[in-house]
Order: sequence, then structure tokens, then C-alpha cells
Amino acid sequence: MIDIIKVGMADMNTTFCPGVLTTLGLGSCVGICLYDPSTKIAGLVHIMLPSSAQIKNNSNEAKFADTGIVKLVNEMIRIGAKRNKLVSKIAGGAQMFNFNDTSEVMRIGSRNITATKDTLKLLNIPLIAEDTGGNYGRTIELYSETGILLIKTIGYGTKQI
Amino acid sequence: MGISIDELNSLQIDVLKEIGNIGAGNAATALSKMISKRIDMDVPKVNILEFKNVAELVGGPETEVIGIYFKVNGDINGSIMVLIDKKSAKMLANMLMGRNENEDDLDEMDLSALQEVGNILSGSYLSSLSTLTNLNLTMSVPSLAMDMAGAIISVPVILFGQVGDRVMLIETDLFEGTYHVKSNFFLIPDEDSFEILLKSLGVF
Repeated sequence: MIDIIKVGMADMNTTFCPGVLTTLGLGSCVGICLYDPSTKIAGLVHIMLPSSAQIKNNSNEAKFADTGIVKLVNEMIRIGAKRNKLVSKIAGGAQMFNFNDTSEVMRIGSRNITATKDTLKLLNIPLIAEDTGGNYGRTIELYSETGILLIKTIGYGTKQI
Repeated sequence: MGISIDELNSLQIDVLKEIGNIGAGNAATALSKMISKRIDMDVPKVNILEFKNVAELVGGPETEVIGIYFKVNGDINGSIMVLIDKKSAKMLANMLMGRNENEDDLDEMDLSALQEVGNILSGSYLSSLSTLTNLNLTMSVPSLAMDMAGAIISVPVILFGQVGDRVMLIETDLFEGTYHVKSNFFLIPDEDSFEILLKSLGVF
């Protein structure tokens, strides 16, 4: 029986092989999966907002793309992952409701994706696959055995990246 | 800087709860008028919850639910979202169209009807808020989405998340004959609007 570890909103976790990390019902949030193929250590952070900089209450680092990814990297290194082997896959960042005048607030999904990519670039972590955008929710499962990310949706099928 | 749900004192929470009660009552009355039938309502529960617990209210993050979303403008800015589980949504649609289908799937007609109900519920809710606070409030056209609860809830949660770690929602149970509809209202004032709202209610 393989452990399936749930990661909630604004939360993160890591696992050794053969653990599985999952986050259920990603909407405009982004699930960022980091993986070190050499040690098979996997990590997942479920961020809600692009940046901790403009927010007063920013004590929860896992809530923001900029601080959440850094925190996850540090945690993975602490348990034995190799910094220069890390690769990433991301999913989510949907726009759940459609409005004609797309205000900043409603575009939060795409802002989360942009901030996530910027942070990964800054940290020099290659982004090897993504399933982002659209207007539908996703449940994701990250398998530490293989590094495969499984994405399930309602009405848009299931895929592996 | 505005204040967040996390920082409210018990008096402010009580006042917001009372507004929730009045708003939900008026919303039920409006629905009752629309279908010309008596609608009973449980006393609405006003909850202030941590993010991670919100999805559990509607059966977990992967449960398919309907969200109807509105933008609020005027003296305060923000949004309203009505969240209904799929079973309740079907009942509500049946109730409106006076039919008795047992199919679980919602067709275009159902969704359109739900959008309209969302409009009426939110509109009457907002107008009672406007009366109580003397604030001028208008509401956008509705936008409806049907998907996993986690994904739908992420929208109000992100909006609340810009100022705090908790959300406020009003849980209302409506009854008409054998129908039982569970609905959840999220009232989400923008950062600066929260203070205006509390001030106009005399509790800031």
C-alpha cells in the first residue's frame, strides 16, 4: 500500500519513494511539483497567490509562488535531494469564472502561472512539463517512483505529463 | 491597509452574522415569491472557516458543485459567490420549473435557471445589505461554473486570501415540500471595503 499524502491549499509536503503526493481540486491555484530523479525525492506545494510582496499577512510561505517554491526547495534539500538535479512540473492556474472585463482579480490564475515560472527560472529549476490555464479544475498526483504527474479533471479527461 | 476576517472581534462577527441572517431570509422570501410556494428555512449558519475546511462543507474538494459568481461595485467593492452542491442544484432547478426529474445531470436549461436563481438570491441579499448600511451597491451579471468543489472554492478563497487565512460563509438550508436545498453564500469585500462596511454598520 503506497502512502498517498494530501497537500491542502497553501500547504506543501515532500516524500521519499514510493510515496505519492496529491492535491485535490486545483482551480486558480497552481500545484508546483519538484522532483529529484537521482534520489527519487518528490515535493509538492499548492500556492494561491503570485507574490508575498504586496500582501500584509504573508506569514504562511506556502501560500505564495515566490516564497512557497523556495521553502519547498529548502525542505527537499534538507531531507537529501540534490539542488542541481531538481526538475519541475506545474498544473493549475485556471480561470474558473468568465467575465467580459477581465480585471486583475479575475486573472489570478494566469498571474499565478507567470509568477511560478518566473520563480522557477530565477532558481534555475528546469520546467519540463505543464498543464495550465483553461477554465476547469484539476486533481493532481505526483509519483515519486517515476516522477510522473497524473492529472484528473471532470469532463476534460485524465492525462500524464 | 484594510483589516481581514482574521482580526475581527466578536461584536463585529456578531453583526456580520446578523446581516447574514437577514440577507438569507430576504433571499428565501424572494425565491418563495418567484415560485409562488411557501419556502421554509433553517436559521442560517454563519461560519468563519480556515481555507482547508471549506471544501469539506460540500463533500470534499473533488465533489462536483455549482458556483455562481457576481462582482459587487458601488460604495464598497467585492464579490459574492453562491455555492450549491449538484444534488441541491438539480432540486432547485426542478423546483423552479415545476417538474420532477430524477436525472442527476444538469442541462443548459437547468444551468440557465440556476443562474437566474443565483441572481435573485444574491440580489435580495445585497439589497438588504444596502438598506441596513445605507451604502449604494450594484451587482454584475452572474457567471456560472460547474466543476470540482476545490477548484470553485479557490476563487473566493484567493480573494479572501489576499488579506487573511480564513473565509466567511453563510450556510442556508431551504425547504419546499420534499425539496431540500443547501446553499452557501460567500460575501467577499475587497481589502479596503471591509472597513467601510464595518464602519457603516457602526462597529469599527
